[in-house]
Amino acid sequence: MTMINDQSYVRTEMLGEKSPPVSNVGIIGWMKNNLFSSPLNIVLSLLSIFAIYSVLAALLPWVFGGVWYASSLTECRAILFEIHGEATKRACWGVIRERFWQLMYGFYPSDLYWRPNLALVWLFAAIAPVLFNGLPKKMLLVSVAFPFVAPWLIWGGSFWVPVMAFMGFVVGFLVHRITSKTISSLVGIILGVLAALLWWLLLSGPIAEMMESIVPLEITKVGSRQIGGFMLAILLGITGITLSFPIGIVLALGRLSNLVIVKALCVGFIEFIRGVPLITLLFVASVLLNYFLPKGTQFDIILRVMIMITFFAAAYMAEVIRGGLAALPKGQYEAADALGLDYWQAQRLIILPQALKISIPGIVSNFIGLFKDTTLVSIIALSDPLGWVKLIQGNAEWNGVIWELYGFVAFVFFLFCFGMSRYSMYLERKLQTGH
Amino acid sequence: MKKSVFIGALTVASLTAGIAAAGTLDDVKARGKLNCGVSTGLVGFASPDANGKWEGYDVAICRAVAAAVLGDNTAVEFVPLSSKTRFTALASGEVDVLARNTTWTLSRDVDLKFDFVGVNYYDGQGFLIPKSMGVTSAKELDGATVCIQSGTTTELNLADYFRVNGISYEPVPVEGNSEAQKLYLAGACDTLTTDGSALAATRAAFEKPDDHIVLPEIISKEPLGPLVRHGDNEWGDIVRWTLNALISAEEYDITSANIEELSKGTNNPEINRILGTEGNMGEMLGLDADWAKRAIMSGGNFGEIFEANIGEKTPIGLSRGLNALWTEGGLIYSPPFR
Ligand SMILES: N[C@@H](CCC(=O)N[C@@H](CS)C(=O)NCC(=O)O)C(=O)O
Repeated sequence: MTMINDQSYVRTEMLGEKSPPVSNVGIIGWMKNNLFSSPLNIVLSLLSIFAIYSVLAALLPWVFGGVWYASSLTECRAILFEIHGEATKRACWGVIRERFWQLMYGFYPSDLYWRPNLALVWLFAAIAPVLFNGLPKKMLLVSVAFPFVAPWLIWGGSFWVPVMAFMGFVVGFLVHRITSKTISSLVGIILGVLAALLWWLLLSGPIAEMMESIVPLEITKVGSRQIGGFMLAILLGITGITLSFPIGIVLALGRLSNLVIVKALCVGFIEFIRGVPLITLLFVASVLLNYFLPKGTQFDIILRVMIMITFFAAAYMAEVIRGGLAALPKGQYEAADALGLDYWQAQRLIILPQALKISIPGIVSNFIGLFKDTTLVSIIALSDPLGWVKLIQGNAEWNGVIWELYGFVAFVFFLFCFGMSRYSMYLERKLQTGH
Repeated sequence: MKKSVFIGALTVASLTAGIAAAGTLDDVKARGKLNCGVSTGLVGFASPDANGKWEGYDVAICRAVAAAVLGDNTAVEFVPLSSKTRFTALASGEVDVLARNTTWTLSRDVDLKFDFVGVNYYDGQGFLIPKSMGVTSAKELDGATVCIQSGTTTELNLADYFRVNGISYEPVPVEGNSEAQKLYLAGACDTLTTDGSALAATRAAFEKPDDHIVLPEIISKEPLGPLVRHGDNEWGDIVRWTLNALISAEEYDITSANIEELSKGTNNPEINRILGTEGNMGEMLGLDADWAKRAIMSGGNFGEIFEANIGEKTPIGLSRGLNALWTEGGLIYSPPFR
C-alpha cells in the first residue's frame, strides 16, 4: 500500500481517444499510403496524374464548350472562331442535335416513333414475369402476345397477320391434343407440328387477307429499309438474344445427349456456325440467298439478317451453357435419378437452374458481344448507327465531322453495354443461394 | 406482291419457281418501288438530308427513272453500297439500278456482266496534297504514302501510273470516303487520291481548304454512269433513255420552269417527241407517253441537276468542263429521239 502512496500522481480517468495523425488518415493519409508510398510510386503517380489531367483538360472543354446551335460545320466553325479565335478545340454538337432522331430511328417515319417505343415497353412488361416472381398470372398473357404484337407494331400491316400466325400454334396444339390421346404421343407431336406448318404455309396468308377485307385492321406499313440507327441495333440485338437463348439451351443439351443423331446434328451445327465469321453469314443473307431464291422473291432483308444473327449467337450460347452443365458435380445428376425424375424433369428442376446460374457471366458477355456485332450489318447496306455516321458525313453540311458522331455512337453503345453488365452482376447476386 | 413476313421464302419460292424470271420493269411495277444503289454518303452525289430525304447528283438519276417508270419520284428505295459491295448487290438483284459514281470499264461491262447505260459525269483521278508538302507535280510523289479506297478503279490506276513513271508508293487502303478524309487529315498518308469530283467535295469540307491543293495531273479517265444487269435489255433501254431525256432536255432548253408550257405542243418536233405530244416513244419503251416529261420534272434537266447538286453555286463548286453539252464544248451528248 505504501508503495502506491509514494507515487505523487495517479490518473484516475482514461484519456479520450486522440485522432490519428493527419498524415495517416483522410485524404492525405490515403494519398500517402496509396499514391506516394515509395519514390517509384511517387514518380508513377505524378506521371499518371499529369496524363489524366492533360486528357481531361483537352476533353472537358471540347465536350462541354461545344456548339449545339449550328446547322452546318462551317457555321459551327465560324461561331467557335468568333468566340475563341480558333475552331478546332471544341465540339460541334449541332450535328447530333439535328440528326439525333436519325441516329436513333433511321428513316422510320417520325410520326410513328410511338410504335417501336410501345414495342420496347411491351418487351419489358413481357419479360417481367421471368425476372420477378410474385406477379399476377395474367401478366403471362402479355408475354405470350409479345412475339406476335411486336413485329406488327414495328412493320405495320394488317393485324390479322399476327393473329393468324398465333392461330398456327393453336391449330398445332389442338391436333397434338387430339391425336396424342387417340394414337400415340410421338405421332401426336409430329402431326401437331405438321398441322401448324401447313397452316402457316398455306392457310394463314389467304385467311388473313380475307379477314382483312371483312374487318380491316391495318396500320401504316413501314419497310425494312426504313428501320435504322440504334433502333435497328436494338431490334437485332433483342431478337438475337431472346431467340438464341432457348435455341442455345436445346443445342447444349443435344450436344450432351446420348442420342447419336441428335448429338451429331447439334455438334455439326455448332461447329459449322462457330467456324464461320459472322460477316460471312451476313453476306450470305444479303446477297447469296438472292441467287438461290427465284427472281422477284421478297424475303425481307432484316428477317434474313435476324435468322443469321440468331444462328450465330445460338451456337456460342450453346457452348457457354455446355460449360455450365459440365461444371455441375455428377452428384446432382445422380440425385435427380435417385428421385426418379425423368430426363426433362431432371433438367428443368435440378440441372438447368444451377447450370444457367453458373453460366450467367458468360451468357451476358455473349449478349453484349452480340449487341455490338450488330454494327456489322452496315457492311450489307443496312443503316445501323455506324452506317448513319457515314450517311450524315456524306452531306455537304456535315462533311468532315468525325469525333462528334463516332463519340456519340460510342457513348450510347457504352450506356447499353454497361447497363447490361451491371444488370448481370445484380442478377448473379440475386440468384446467389450460397454454398 | 403481298406476302406476309411469316409465310417467308418457302411459299414464295414454291409458288414462283416454275414461272420464268419476269422482266425488271414488271418487278419494279409490281413492287411499286425502284431499288436504287447509291454511295454510302458522298457529298453532292448521294446522302440523306436532315429530314431523311435523299439528295444528290446520282440520287437525281434514280428519281428520274422512278418518275418515268412509276410516276412518282419518291417511290425509290435507296440502298447505300460501298465500293466493294455495289457489284454483288446489283448482280444478285438487290438493286435494279446502280448509280454510284461507278467508272465504266471493259471488265465491269464484260466480265462482271453489267450494262452501263451512259455517262452522267466525265471524271478523272487526281491527287490531293497539303500545300506544305511543297510538291507541284504527281511525278514528285516518289515514296509517298497514298490513301486509297479498296475495290475501286482508283486503286488500279494508281499502280499503273506509278509504274509508268518508275516511282514507288505505299498504299494505305481505306474503306470509304469519310475514312479516307480522316486518315489524310491525321497525316496517316501524304496524299489522297480518288475521282476529281470527290476530291473537290472533300477539300471543300476542310477547315482550311486553302492549305491543300489538287495536283494538276489527271491520271485516268473515269466516265461515271448508271448501270444495270446484263440480259434485261428492255430495262436497260428505259434507264438509258431516261438519262438521254434529261440530256436532250438541256439541249432543247426544256427546263422545270417551262416544261408545262412546252408540253402543250411546240413547233419543234424533237421537243414534241420527247414530251410525248408527237410519236410513240413511250409506247416503244413499254411506258406511257408522259414518261420523259415526268423524268424531267423530277429534278429538272441535266444542267439543272448538275447546278443544284455539284455546280458552281454549291459548296463543291465543280465547273461544267467536260460535262458541258457537246454544243458548248463538252462531251455530254444524247442520241436523237426519233
Ligand atoms: N469511280 C471509281 C471510284 C468510286 C468510289 O468508290 N468513290 C469513292 C470516293 S470518290 C466513294 O464514292 N466513296 C463513298 C463511299 O464510301 O460510299 C470506281 O468506280 O471504282
